[in-house]
Amino acid sequence: MAPQHKLVSFTLNGKPTQKMIDVRASLSDMLRNDYSMHSVKEGCEVGECGACTVLIDGETFNSCIYLAVWVEGKDVVTTEGLTGEDGTLSDIQQSFVDEFAVQCGYCTPGFIISAEALLRENKRYTRDELRKMMAGNLCRCTGYENIINAVEKTMEERLEAKAKG
Amino acid sequence: MSIGKSQIRVDAPDKVTGRARYTDDLCDKNALVARILHSTIAHGEVKSIDTSEAEKVPGVVKILTCFDVPHFKFGTAGHPWHLDPGHRDVEDRLLLTSRIRFYGDDVAAVIAENDVAAAQAVRAIKVEYEEFPFVLDPQEAMKDGAPQLHEDFPNNILGHTTIYRGDFDEAIKEDGLIKVEGWYESPTVQHCHIEPPISYAYMEAGKVVVVASTQIPHIVRRITAQALGLPWGSVRLVKPYIGGGFGNKQDALYEPLNAWLTTQVGGRMVKLEIPREDTFFATRVRHAIRFHITSYVRPDGSFAAREFEAFSDQGAYASHGHGIAAKGMGAFPQLYPCDNLKCDAYTVFTNKPVAGAMRGYGIPQAMFAGEAHIEDVAKALGKDPLDYRKQFLMPVGYADSFSRNVNYFDSFRQCIDKGMEQFGFREKQKEYAAQTGDIRRGVGLAVFWYNTGVWPISLESSACRIVMNQDGTVQLQMGETEIGQGADTAFAQMTAATLGIPFEHVHVISAQDTDITPFGTGAYASRQTYMGGFAVRQTAEQMKAKILKHAERMTRMPVSNLDIRDGNIVRTTDNAVQMSLGELATNVLYSMEYSEHIAAESTYQINSNAYSFGCSFAEVEVDIPMCKVKLLRLTNVHDCGTLINPALAEAQVHGGMSMAIGYGLSEKCLFDEKTGRQLNDNLLDYKLCTPVDHPDLTALFVENHEPTSAYGTKALGEPPTCSGAPAIRNAILHATGVAINEAPITPHVLFEEFSQAGLLEKTAKSVPAMAGADR
Amino acid sequence: MYDMKALYEAESVDHALALMQEHPDALVMAGGSDVLIKMREGKLAGREFVSIYMLDEMRGITLTKDGTIRIGSLTSFSHVIRSEIVQQHIPVLAEAISMIGGPQVRNIGTIGGNTCNGVTSADSGATLMALDAEVELRGPEGTRVIPLQKFYIKPGVVDIKRGELQMALLIKKEGYEGYTGHFIKYAMRDAMDIATLGCSVNVRLSEDKQTIEDCRVAFGVAGPVPMRLPSAEEVVRGASISDDLMHAFAEATEADVNPRTSWRAKKEFRLHLIKTMAERALRACITKAGGTI
Repeated sequence: MAPQHKLVSFTLNGKPTQKMIDVRASLSDMLRNDYSMHSVKEGCEVGECGACTVLIDGETFNSCIYLAVWVEGKDVVTTEGLTGEDGTLSDIQQSFVDEFAVQCGYCTPGFIISAEALLRENKRYTRDELRKMMAGNLCRCTGYENIINAVEKTMEERLEAKAKG
Repeated sequence: MSIGKSQIRVDAPDKVTGRARYTDDLCDKNALVARILHSTIAHGEVKSIDTSEAEKVPGVVKILTCFDVPHFKFGTAGHPWHLDPGHRDVEDRLLLTSRIRFYGDDVAAVIAENDVAAAQAVRAIKVEYEEFPFVLDPQEAMKDGAPQLHEDFPNNILGHTTIYRGDFDEAIKEDGLIKVEGWYESPTVQHCHIEPPISYAYMEAGKVVVVASTQIPHIVRRITAQALGLPWGSVRLVKPYIGGGFGNKQDALYEPLNAWLTTQVGGRMVKLEIPREDTFFATRVRHAIRFHITSYVRPDGSFAAREFEAFSDQGAYASHGHGIAAKGMGAFPQLYPCDNLKCDAYTVFTNKPVAGAMRGYGIPQAMFAGEAHIEDVAKALGKDPLDYRKQFLMPVGYADSFSRNVNYFDSFRQCIDKGMEQFGFREKQKEYAAQTGDIRRGVGLAVFWYNTGVWPISLESSACRIVMNQDGTVQLQMGETEIGQGADTAFAQMTAATLGIPFEHVHVISAQDTDITPFGTGAYASRQTYMGGFAVRQTAEQMKAKILKHAERMTRMPVSNLDIRDGNIVRTTDNAVQMSLGELATNVLYSMEYSEHIAAESTYQINSNAYSFGCSFAEVEVDIPMCKVKLLRLTNVHDCGTLINPALAEAQVHGGMSMAIGYGLSEKCLFDEKTGRQLNDNLLDYKLCTPVDHPDLTALFVENHEPTSAYGTKALGEPPTCSGAPAIRNAILHATGVAINEAPITPHVLFEEFSQAGLLEKTAKSVPAMAGADR
Repeated sequence: MYDMKALYEAESVDHALALMQEHPDALVMAGGSDVLIKMREGKLAGREFVSIYMLDEMRGITLTKDGTIRIGSLTSFSHVIRSEIVQQHIPVLAEAISMIGGPQVRNIGTIGGNTCNGVTSADSGATLMALDAEVELRGPEGTRVIPLQKFYIKPGVVDIKRGELQMALLIKKEGYEGYTGHFIKYAMRDAMDIATLGCSVNVRLSEDKQTIEDCRVAFGVAGPVPMRLPSAEEVVRGASISDDLMHAFAEATEADVNPRTSWRAKKEFRLHLIKTMAERALRACITKAGGTI
């Protein structure tokens, strides 16, 4: 059977876009191959490691087990989308740098997306709650310690900024 | 001074934005893809392969089988080449094999236009096997009549080494000795770097170019050339950023096969990504080692004699082989010295996945056994486990005649004291002394022995190149590799310190390209900052001398009165800035009389090694009826010499501790006894720790400047993995009174052990209604 | 790239039912977190699929006039957890479901998928059963409702007839009103893990909190499919609360369950845990409901 294609229209990192996509493609396939979103890493391709995590309409998904055609009409954010137009790091990206939460870096973009999702709630969570909210991402380098530190730090910064109005 | 400061990682901004390119990010999206067919038997011979159905799959370009590969046998271990053939790694691999030695051995490879076609074709290949009996246990494999894996190794013994000292048989006759004996099991575990092994290969300018996720580019180039029968210069190996290695990528994995595949399709680009499942069984694992330790102890606690046996499960091929068990055994007589010793270590082939290097290289295994045993010795003597260790651990001034390592400082006792204090060990020890009830807590400790690099067993050599730009900044190139540990940042800090320039003025070229990068053997043996440091220091000093020579000419002042500070030429007599390095470099490069591209490059051969010691403290809560351990706290203390970058060092320790927690409590590769197939070859069934399976981790340091080292540093990459598991084991013993000699201490193990100890007989009355079982 | 022969994207429930008629060999894909993984393993490779993932009409949680809680089959786990209706009336379901995988898995996984795959380790299965949940199915013949207990037939097999879609899970007022629930998941890790066992208990206490008026207990992985434990329930139903009753309850579970030995856990270990977990869950329910033991 000939490959089946479909026009997919969605918003990627704030910009509307559309492309003809093979219906067999996973979202990670599409983001990496058709849009060069290299932050979307593949570590297991079965939704166990979280390296390919993206935001879809504000919720986190493993893009490896999400069909590309399903983002039709949706809003997709990758780590590239958090960086400012001029290359400025976002607060959570900067915290990962400052807190030494990065080692090999392969899991990092996925963790940053999971963090961003919970940070957008603008709530204060305990470290244990943060751990649970980051539990869909695996890291073999950091022991998670500095990652949790980075998320906690940004959470406090955002809460403080919000309190100041 | 850039050393000792927690400088931001040089690669962090690129890694948090997705700009850092890893192998797959660089590969052409239209590259051909290859996929490997793995055997579905554990032991036997491929009789025939029918590829006719597979050939028909649309998109299939070429199918190559074990009957097509060149017959150059090669070894895969990431060791430096040895000029003496007797010291080389065992050469027992072919690119694909008809002689099957484990479930998952490499039988054939498909090259296709896309991954769907490749997977379909692999499924469509029919293989006819002749099956042989197989063996999964090293001690079974040593028996006469056991299935034999390799002709040259009778009884499947790859290596057997000994350490015999004094007169063991006479020593044990002494009156009043207490005999403490135990068998200890350590598991097969996998590295689980988040980036699976991946490479792509193509031909260009008459060479085979391989871009690979490896820790050891120069070594993999050599092995690839050997496997293909090519001159070594005909292979070019490029290593971009890699998503972790932990020793798995200290082996030539599938790079040689990938290189050969491109030669079979006219040099077209072929990508070979190893799926996560295959990474578990078809790359490398940590050696499972079974230990038997007996100590004959005097009532005062001193050792009259000790006996040690290790049976190391090599799996199907030699890879790093006996080095692991030998290293584990080597630590034994040094840690708690004893005059009368009988030590035997065996490394044995079995029909299991191949064991290679993994963070700690035999020491996590040996420490689990050795530190569990010492705990039991202290208990048998009625002595405090901490005091007992302090009394009998390697004394200050101890010198090892082989490595010539000297215990210059009293690192062990300093680390134990610091950890005990900060952890509140004594308070908790008392608090948890007499518990009853279903949920009990305990604390435990364990120490570890480690060394730095591979000298005197193998070559230690490192090269460095520094090139100056017109603005006075420099590029730094090392053969040593950044694999996540922060080597690039540490090297930049060293360069900045020695050259006298700001840290930001050092640009590290992170990628290695064997056609461009100076020689270095790569990232392993916790050698980067120690070994690489010599090369950086020497090269930076040469660079500095060149610069000052130019400065002398330009300022008409003697070199002895000049120095480089913060990127400027400074007159040392009055600290007056003479010019910036940028002015000097521009002037020198474009001079109509003495133009020079200012650069330095040198090789340093290192003929030393260094001890790196420390310890772990653990606090656990054991829910006895639920057979569950919750790790409440873990603290590591290390003496790794001077810290180049304290925050990075701390981060390294956290990662190693995490691996130790998995090793102690949850991680284990399981095999089907009936087929030899791995049962849990995925990240769901293989229980590596998630963020919720950890407590907060504490890393502490004792800084004794290492006198043999260029920058006072010594091993830190691997040591954090070594003592966590036995500390947890000893904490469980403290909490429950049950000594468990098998890692990981899973609920399954606890169920068996608690059942035997009679702890599971009905005690439910004391269970609080909201017990934290479902936490 | 997934090895699919064809993907038919349904635009409405009617469209989905028509596509299923048109392509009788096609399999239904909801969130895909199960099906896509099997495809990668080669097990479902080369098949046709009808995707219902885009059908928002199958999402959402409502409380009907008669007090029935209706959970659309495509509702993601995280939306079940966040639902005010669930939080207010059946918090035990949120508790159970929050133990599933990690956040990403809870965002893609659906409650319908979790029951339709017929897996004994599904974290929602035992709790839904302990709530006496029912399944609403729609097919060419119309809509039918069956008890969840009857829906499970054997491992991997549920009572969905050819051409039918599972539309919703229903929890009647009698299933939850006056009941207090507790769920315990036993797994090797505290996230991203398959249950070794899952235990869900619901109790209704007498007004004076001295007697257990009713109790429903269900387990996952205690047998081939999620199961209720009738003999254990019988032991405590109408009995006054005491330590001895707790032990008797734990002991009685043995008659109801049938766990097996697999490489994931031995039968003896599971039996031991079933008793321990059942008792702890019951105690927790009683405490939560205001009783004392």
